[in-house]
Amino acid sequence: METFIGKPVKRREDNRFLKGAGKYTDDIKLHGMTHSAFVRSPYAHAKIVSVDTSAAEKAEGVVAVYTGSDACGTIGVPCGWQVDFKNGETMREPMHPLLAKDKIRHLGEAVAFVIAETLELARDAAELVDVKYEALPAVTCPKKAMASGAPKVHDEWEDNAAFDWCIGNDRAEVEAALANAHHVTEMTYKNHRLAPNAIEPRSYIADYDVNADKWTLYTSTQNPHLVRLLLCAFALGIPEHKVRVVSYDVGGGFGSKIYHYTEEALLTWASKEIGRPIKWTSDRTEAFLTDAHGRDHIVHSKMGFDKDGKIVAHLTDEFCAMGAYLSTFAPAVPTYLHGTLFQGVYTTPLIHLNVVAPFTHTVPVDAYRGAGRPEATYLLERIISKAAKEMDMDPAELRFKNFISPFNGTTEPGYQTQVALQYDSGNYEGVLKRGLEMLGYEDFRKEQAEARKNGKLLGVGISTYIEGCGIAPSAVVGSLGARAGLYEVGHVRVQPTGKVSVFTGAHSHGQGHETVFAQFVADKLGIPMDDIDIVHGDTDQVAFGMGTYGSRSLAVGGSAIIKSIEKVLEKGAKIAAHKLEAAEEDLEYAEGKWTVKGTDKSISFGDVSLTAYVPHDYPEGVEPGLDFSSFYDPTNFTYPFGTHIAVVEVCSDTGKVEIKRFVACDDVGNVMNPMIVDGQIHGGVVQGIGQALLEEVVYDGEGQMVTGSYMDYAMPRADDIPMIETDRTTTPCPHNPLGVKGAGEAGAIGSTPAVVNAVVDALSHLGVTDIQMPVTPKRVWKAMQS
Amino acid sequence: MIPAKFEYIKASSVSEAIGLLEKHGDDAKILSGGHSLIPAMKLRLSRPEVLIDINGISGMNSITEDGNEILIGANCTHADIVNSDLINSELNILASTAKHIGDIQVRNRGTIGGSLAHADPAADYPAVVLACDAKIEVEGKSGKRTIPATEFFLGIFTTALAEDEIITAIRFPKVANGNYQKFFQSASRFAVVGVACVKDGNSVKVGVTGVAGTPYRATAVEDAYSGSSDAASHAVDGLEDELMSDHFADEEYRAHLAKVMVKKALEA
Repeated sequence: METFIGKPVKRREDNRFLKGAGKYTDDIKLHGMTHSAFVRSPYAHAKIVSVDTSAAEKAEGVVAVYTGSDACGTIGVPCGWQVDFKNGETMREPMHPLLAKDKIRHLGEAVAFVIAETLELARDAAELVDVKYEALPAVTCPKKAMASGAPKVHDEWEDNAAFDWCIGNDRAEVEAALANAHHVTEMTYKNHRLAPNAIEPRSYIADYDVNADKWTLYTSTQNPHLVRLLLCAFALGIPEHKVRVVSYDVGGGFGSKIYHYTEEALLTWASKEIGRPIKWTSDRTEAFLTDAHGRDHIVHSKMGFDKDGKIVAHLTDEFCAMGAYLSTFAPAVPTYLHGTLFQGVYTTPLIHLNVVAPFTHTVPVDAYRGAGRPEATYLLERIISKAAKEMDMDPAELRFKNFISPFNGTTEPGYQTQVALQYDSGNYEGVLKRGLEMLGYEDFRKEQAEARKNGKLLGVGISTYIEGCGIAPSAVVGSLGARAGLYEVGHVRVQPTGKVSVFTGAHSHGQGHETVFAQFVADKLGIPMDDIDIVHGDTDQVAFGMGTYGSRSLAVGGSAIIKSIEKVLEKGAKIAAHKLEAAEEDLEYAEGKWTVKGTDKSISFGDVSLTAYVPHDYPEGVEPGLDFSSFYDPTNFTYPFGTHIAVVEVCSDTGKVEIKRFVACDDVGNVMNPMIVDGQIHGGVVQGIGQALLEEVVYDGEGQMVTGSYMDYAMPRADDIPMIETDRTTTPCPHNPLGVKGAGEAGAIGSTPAVVNAVVDALSHLGVTDIQMPVTPKRVWKAMQS
Repeated sequence: MIPAKFEYIKASSVSEAIGLLEKHGDDAKILSGGHSLIPAMKLRLSRPEVLIDINGISGMNSITEDGNEILIGANCTHADIVNSDLINSELNILASTAKHIGDIQVRNRGTIGGSLAHADPAADYPAVVLACDAKIEVEGKSGKRTIPATEFFLGIFTTALAEDEIITAIRFPKVANGNYQKFFQSASRFAVVGVACVKDGNSVKVGVTGVAGTPYRATAVEDAYSGSSDAASHAVDGLEDELMSDHFADEEYRAHLAKVMVKKALEA
C-alpha cells in the first residue's frame, strides 16, 4: 500500500495557484458590494486641526464618509500580549483607534474612510476630504525615542517607553563575570526595520446581513478565529456566534497577516451602518505604510570568554521599536520570542538581556518571519564570529568549544537554559559538522588564502542557530503575558462512504497544509490521499483555531489531528469488533482495515464508516457516527536548529557582494514532505539574504518613508541568490506524536548572520570588523576605505 | 493604484498629435510605452487631463539603414531594439544597453522615444545617445528639426523639446566599437551609474548617466584619453556640485562608482 509520510508529494494546491485560479479575498464579488478608500496622513506626527468631508459626501457615487468624530472614532483594536515593566509597572497600552481623531502618530494613519459605488469613485472622493494638519516633530528611532526631550508619541505617559523588561541572570552577576573575563567582545549595531511584502496585499470584505443580523468578514488573514475573537470581544463588542470570518487563499503573510488590523474592524462596523457589503484592498503604497513591520532593534552587546575560549557571560541592552501603537503580538516579539533564545546553542552560564521598547512615530512593528529569533540569532552568531577573529581562533572551532552536548530529550533530559526555556532535543555539533563537510571548509580556507594573494576578496560565514517554535503551551505563554491560549484544533469527520474531511484551525498562506496534512492522515488511516480533504479558513466550518505563525501548524495543528485520528480508530475498532464478532483486543489495524490477528477475517475502514452511519447491526452503547474533534495543547515549544554557511565574493572596486555558495543543514525533526521543507528553507534563506544585503525600511528625520515602493525598497531577486545547497539531520521532537519541529522560519533565522559573517570575513585582512546591515555596496566600499 | 480621470485620444498621425498638444497644452501628455507615465498616474503624482496615444502612428516603429546611419522610430520598444539584426550588427552598443532595461514586460512596452523624452536621470539610453553623437529628430507646430544628443538633455526630466514637439525618430551613426557598463540600483535596477563608451582609434567618446541630474559627455575623460584607462579618474571633473545623492549612493560613492565604471568601459 502506498504511503506518503516522508515523500516529496507534489502540492495539491498548486493546481489552482499555478493556473491563477486561487480564490483570494479581492477575487470575491458580492451582490450590492460597495468599495472604499482611506484618507491617510502625509505626516508622521501632527495635530488634526479640522476634517471637512462635505465635498466628498456630495461627490458622485459616494455612499458614506466616516471620520474619527463618528462613533467608530471611539473604537480601538486590542493588543494580545502584555509585557510589564521590570519594576512592576503595567505595560503602557494606548488606545489604537480605527480612525485618528485629534492626533496623527504615524505616516499613513487613517483619518477618514470613504465608501462609494466603485473603487474609482471612492478614490476620487477621498481626494476631496479636506484635512488640515499642524505638523509636529517626529521620532522614528527607538533609541532617540528614549532620549530626554524626544517628541512624545502618547501624551499620557512621562516618556515613550511601552515597557522596560529584562530576562536572565542577575545583571550585577553578569557584569562581574564580564569584568573578570579573559576577553570581552563588544558590538553595537541596528537590526534594521523590514517591510513584510506579502505578494497579496491585505484585503477585506465586510458583509452585514440585515435580515439575519449576522456579519461575514472575508479577510486575508493567517488566523480567522483569532480575528473573530478580537473583533467581537474587544474591538466592536458584537456577538461572536453571529460573526463568520472567512479567509480562503492567502497570498503570503510572513507574520504581517496575523494581526487584527483597524481596517477589519472599521469595515465590519461600517457594513452595518450602511447595510451593504464593503470591500477594501490595500495597494502597494498602503502596504508599505500600514502593514506591521519587522525587526528595528538597536543593540549593544558584550560577550565574555575565558582563556580557553569558553563563553563566561553575555550582557545585552536593546531598544526595540513598537511603533505608534501596540500591534497584536508586538510586545512578545523583542521579549519572549527573543530574550528566551539568548542561550543559543551554547553553554553560556550567565546571560542578561534588557529591552526598552519605546513607542515611535512609525507604523507598528510586530512579528515578521522568525519574530525575535532572527534578531537573537543575528546577535549571537555575529558576536561569536567577531570574538573568534579577535581571539585569533577559527569561528567553527570556537563554536564547537561552546556547544551544548547532544541530547535526545527522551533517555536524556532536555536542556534548561538561563532564559526560561527548556530545549526539547538537539545535536548542534552534528549540523555544524555536516555543514562544514558540505562546504568543504578546509579546502575553502586554502582557496581563500590563495585568492587573497591575487587581490580577490573571498569570505566564508558560519551561523549555527536554534529557534523556538511550534507555539505553544498555553499555560507557559499565559504566564509570559499572552492573552490567548495557543493550542490547536483538529477535527476529523469520516463520511459514511469512508471519505474523510479534516478541519484544522491552522491556516495555510502558502505552506502547503492541504498536501502535508493529507499525507500523514492517509498514512495513519491507511487510505488514499485522494480520499482526504483538508478544510481551513472558515470559522463556520472549523470549530476553533489559533492560526498559522511561529512554525506551529504541523507540530501543534498536526498533533491535534492525530489525536482525533486516534479517537476515530478507537471507536472504529469497537464497530469492527462487533461486525467481526471478535474482541477489540484481538484486532489490529493496518492498511485501512481491522483484522482479527492471525486470521484472514477483516473489515475495511469504508465498511466500518458506513456501519457507523447506517447502524442497523451495531454494538450496544456506541453512538452512531464517526466524527471527532480534539484540542491539542503541547507540553513545550519545539526547537529546530541548523547550520547555514555562506561564501561571498566582494568586488574590490564597487563593494558589491556576490553570494557564491549557500549551504544549509537544518534539523527540523521528522520530515513529512522533504520537497515542501526544502521550499520553506529556500524561501526563508532568500528572505534572510534580503535582510543581510538588500532590504531596509528607511524613515527620514521627519518620519517620511524613503523606501516606500519597489523603486527604493530592494527585494531579493532570483539573480541575487545562488543555488541553495540543503541537507538535513534528524533529531525528532520528543514531545509531539509526529516527532516534528518546524521549518517555516528556520531559513530566515539562520541565513542572515551567515551572509554578514562572510562579508566581514572577506574584508577582515583590511581591518573591517563589522558592517551595518543591509550590507549594500556603498556600506562595503566605505568600510573598505576606513 | 487608480489614476485620476483623464481623456484618452488615439492619434493617427504625427500632425494630429502635434495639433492635440497645441490644443491642450500643459493639460496633455504623450503616451508612448507608458512605463514611467502610467505608474506616476496611478500614484496620482501625474494627472494629465488628456492622454495622446501615439502608439498607432504608422512609420514610427521602424528600424532602417540610411547610408552610414541607422534611423530608429521613436515608438520602437526596447525589445524591438534588442531583437533587431541591424542594430545587433551595426550598433551593438544600443542592443546590449536595451537588454538591461527593466524586465521583459518593460522591454516589450517601453519605447526609446518615450524614454528619451522622459529624461529620467537614471535612464540608460541617454549615455548611449551622447556617446554615439546620435541626433534626436523631432516635429512640432513649426516643423521638423534635429537636436544633437549633446544639446538634448537640460536637467532632471527636462529636455530641449518644445511643448508642442514630439520625438519622431533617433538617428544613430553606425558604431563598431562601443560598450555600455551599468551599475544598477538593487531595488529599481535603474542605473546608479551607466557609462557608454565609443572608441575610434585613440579617441573616445564617453556618455554618463545616473551620476549628475543631467546625463553628460565626460569630456575631461575624452581629452585625457590616449589609450589608457587612467583617464577614468576625470569622470566627474567639474561636476562636484551636481552629483546626485540618495540612500543607495551618496555623492562620494557615486563619484567613485563613476570612475570605476568609466574605467571598465574604457577597458572593455
